[in-house]
Amino acid sequence: MKCTEFLSELTNYLDGALDDRTKSELEDHLAWCHNCYVVCDTTRKTIEIYRNSELYELPDDLRGRLQSAIMTKCAAHKQKKPGPQKT
Amino acid sequence: MSAIQPNVQPPVSEELELVRRAKRGDDAAFEELVRRYDRNVFRIAQHITQNREDAEDVVQDAFLKAYGNLAQFQEQSKFYTWLVRIAVNEALMRLRRRRPERMVSLDEDVKTEDDSLPREVADWSPNPEQMYNQAELRDILTRTIQGLPPGFRTVFVLRDVEGLSTEETAEALNLSIPAVKSRLLRARLQLRDRLSRYFQKRVSGDGNK
Repeated sequence: MKCTEFLSELTNYLDGALDDRTKSELEDHLAWCHNCYVVCDTTRKTIEIYRNSELYELPDDLRGRLQSAIMTKCAAHKQKKPGPQKT
Repeated sequence: MSAIQPNVQPPVSEELELVRRAKRGDDAAFEELVRRYDRNVFRIAQHITQNREDAEDVVQDAFLKAYGNLAQFQEQSKFYTWLVRIAVNEALMRLRRRRPERMVSLDEDVKTEDDSLPREVADWSPNPEQMYNQAELRDILTRTIQGLPPGFRTVFVLRDVEGLSTEETAEALNLSIPAVKSRLLRARLQLRDRLSRYFQKRVSGDGNK
């Protein structure tokens, strides 16, 4: 397996979406190719860091304001056009 | 190495029950759906628009649009996937409005497969998050993801941050599954490459390396 072939399967590998045979071919490659091992390991860390990052969390006060604004607009919409849910 | 599992989502049946009640005019049920997903919609919107005011507007408009079009929701997909699709479209619209000089599309920046090959492979420190304080880390992560083209950024956020499946991401973005996979691979590799600047192992006495 070449490094380019490894990389093309990297996403499927990290997502656990490979059949056993392809997975074991990839792991054979990882065992001797240090560069691909590093790319695989640091790509996994990249995903985990972003998943745990809590970027752009909605602050409670803003959240409350948005929720009331949404429900007020929904009520106004219903008044204008009663029964939005009727087909 | 073990596979990365997507975030756990609530059972569909309970969600569907809320949707059906909301369709019958039960606003409390719709409000529950708002409470369930407003944080996710806000994150997605802010990642796409990169602007907090726009993200606030997207949250309101997306839920209002969902409310007004609830009858059109066919219940063949999850309500959340349908809502994300509405929110992504609203967010892209606002991004285009703010940057009329640049074409903003999910189809841009699709180059040949070779462009994603990492050029330089430097290993990272064992605990990269601990190399910086919380504010510095947030700044690094924000700037790095903001540097990705919108089409890549959106796929990465839906798939890896919000935990949608490949199929749900394809549905929400109206892309094919191979297109989602290809963008996701390149988004992940580009982010990895850019983060390496900050997280690579440092040898003492040699500044950056």
